[in-house]
Amino acid sequence: MDRRQALKVMAIAAAVPSLTSCAPTDAGDDVVVAPAAANPKAAGTAWDPDLLAPVIPWERTLTSDELETLATLCDIIIPADERSPGASQLGAHDFIDEWVSAPYARNERDQVTVRGGLVWLDGESAGRFGEGSRFRELDAAQQRAICDDIRSVADAPSGLEAGARFFDRVRDLTAAAFWTTREGMQDLGYVGNVPLARWDPPPPEVLRHLGLE
Amino acid sequence: MRRKAQQQYDVVIVGSGAAGGMCAYVLACSGVRVLMLEAGRDYDPVTETPMFQLPSDAPLRGVGTREKPFGFYDATVDGGWEVPGEPYSSAEGSEFRWWRARMLGGRTNHWGRISLRNGPYDFKPYSRDGLGFDWPMSYEDVAPYYDKTEALIGVFGSNEGLENTPDSPPGILQEPPAPRANEMLVRRAGDELGIPVVPSHIAILTRPQDADRLSRFLWPGNPTAQRVTAESMRSRAACFYATPCGRGCSIKANFQSPTVVLPPALATGNLDIVTDAMVREVTVDASGRATGVHYIDKRTRLEEHAGARVVVVAASACESARILLNSKSSIFPDGIANGTGLVGKYLMDTVGASVSGQIPAMENMPPHNADGASAMHLYSPWWLYQEQARGQLDFARGYHIELGGGRRMPGFGTFSGLERYTGGSYGQQFKEDCRRYYGSFVNFAGRGEMIPNEDCYCEIDPDQVDQWGIPTLRFHWKWSEHEENQARHMQHTFADIIEAMGGRVTSTIREDGADAIAPGGEIIHEVGGAIMGDDPRRSVLNQFCQSWEVDNLFVTDGAPFVSNADKNPTLSIMAIAWRASDYIVEQLNAGRL
Repeated sequence: MDRRQALKVMAIAAAVPSLTSCAPTDAGDDVVVAPAAANPKAAGTAWDPDLLAPVIPWERTLTSDELETLATLCDIIIPADERSPGASQLGAHDFIDEWVSAPYARNERDQVTVRGGLVWLDGESAGRFGEGSRFRELDAAQQRAICDDIRSVADAPSGLEAGARFFDRVRDLTAAAFWTTREGMQDLGYVGNVPLARWDPPPPEVLRHLGLE
Repeated sequence: MRRKAQQQYDVVIVGSGAAGGMCAYVLACSGVRVLMLEAGRDYDPVTETPMFQLPSDAPLRGVGTREKPFGFYDATVDGGWEVPGEPYSSAEGSEFRWWRARMLGGRTNHWGRISLRNGPYDFKPYSRDGLGFDWPMSYEDVAPYYDKTEALIGVFGSNEGLENTPDSPPGILQEPPAPRANEMLVRRAGDELGIPVVPSHIAILTRPQDADRLSRFLWPGNPTAQRVTAESMRSRAACFYATPCGRGCSIKANFQSPTVVLPPALATGNLDIVTDAMVREVTVDASGRATGVHYIDKRTRLEEHAGARVVVVAASACESARILLNSKSSIFPDGIANGTGLVGKYLMDTVGASVSGQIPAMENMPPHNADGASAMHLYSPWWLYQEQARGQLDFARGYHIELGGGRRMPGFGTFSGLERYTGGSYGQQFKEDCRRYYGSFVNFAGRGEMIPNEDCYCEIDPDQVDQWGIPTLRFHWKWSEHEENQARHMQHTFADIIEAMGGRVTSTIREDGADAIAPGGEIIHEVGGAIMGDDPRRSVLNQFCQSWEVDNLFVTDGAPFVSNADKNPTLSIMAIAWRASDYIVEQLNAGRL
């Protein structure tokens, strides 16, 4: 295969299918969690998944009510602006659901942090702004008042440490979800992951920026 | 892939990775009839590699899990730190981590492609400082095989004329890619500190291979070998500077056994491959000669036998030691080739420690493509040989520095823990902080030489078998002060570089090197366990990887290594396997095997 052919093949391969979920399973080591749709050589187990047609073999656990509040929080953390949409528009809250539902110890810990944090967030809203107040229904200034108090784990006021840890975890997960999408990468100015006919040194404006001229 | 019924083979090779693949290529090209047994499944990088897929296309944004420890897209199949149903253990007080891959091509599918030659000092370390062992051969003996290996697999790099960092002859190395911006900053810092920062040597094509010239160079007077080699080279494309090599490469730009050495070997018609064949032991006849191997067909779970005149074990250092130790008979009650009791002994890994930093000058860099050839374009070879010779350092052997960072594809953890820089921003400010800090992080990983010691070895665990009924390994591990002091030195060097770049260190510098050093095995450079030598009483193999006790038994992977220079072992494994294969051909032709 010459380079031109290779690039053509890769351009087709780059149009990858999006994720689909499949039935949950109590996956043992050899249990097929999803049939290998795109790669017949893959066994479709967790140790040998079909890398060309990925599936998420576990069920999501967050409720629609939790997801709604989480989406609000994701957009407070990464709002829309002229360069890119807000985090929920790119599915950050759905990714957090995927993350906290995964059958691994660190994810199970995060599930406790996130679900507990969401309960706390509504409780804090009710405590500050009247019984029955839900965080997602507060106005922007009220939401900011709470978030300003939990924005930093290092500087959290006494009594709000757990809230700050929750906020920090959701911020990390929201950033992970957002910036790893095509839109997030475009916003960052990540311009790689494209085949190049040749490799050039960094352009002059980069060398100038670094004082390397 | 199935074996042809009743086929007679000259050589059976256990393993299909760097060593097994190379042996199969050289032997098949030389007209030897070869059967290869691979414990994992068939695997084809051309059709199976996820090129260009984004983290957002993968579960958990592609982050590592128990089943896919190096990330979802990592090429490794049925492997990692654990293999389902194939346990191993560490003795009390020891920690050793064993990476395996159960797939055609083994770990060559995901390896780092760093291809550094051992230098003249590295073959005679004992003569130089009185520690460890000398190899039974010299750099000059192996140099022609480094030349051939580099020419065959395709390695980019430059000749810098540095101490104990060998140059390659003209026409062997491919042109290295220009450095990335962050690497140029490191080079400037290195100039200030007296640390060389030069093009790395990586098994990635930056140009199409010169198939006609190289195939004639590799196989003078062998038209079949020339033809299959040239055809294979022509099927490989040069790197297009996108997508990580660790996923594999569908255009065959980097070295993987299943794209580079197995296709030409198969094209000779002299090689058959059986996958899903888990070898348990080498079999012997009444005179103590090897007759073949017993393996478990993983699909039927039944035991099979593969016979051949010569047995080449190339299953990876520890797996090969395991096979020898499990090959017990009345003639070899402690395992085949183990009359000295040295099988499993003198395991080595690489000393690994790393430091990361944040470089304000790299904030808000203008957008530009920094993917490059996946691996680092520049690195630092060890530079303090003379200081060491004068006794000015508190460790005996060197390390090289691997560079990382800059504007690579954002991943799951790219913006984790940004609070320490932002004070906890969120909202529009956080979005702008992410843009500002993206690409401003760097990391430095030291890869240093470990000296073999009596406390690092593997043995058969008396209490455990795997799901194929095969006794498993138990590991013993202990670093010496040389490695711990080296790990401390690494960290201070990296901190100095980060400061010279105007940056700040973001990881913890540990004054006790023992806290900084990665656990044994974690760098995945394990070698030793069947060391070679020139004295049959003090080594398992001779310099051609041939057992002293069983002359038709060879071990050609990392197990024969008697030292583990800071240079990543794969290139040396391949060169030494090629040399051993030439010797096997010679001995077969002379009727001595």
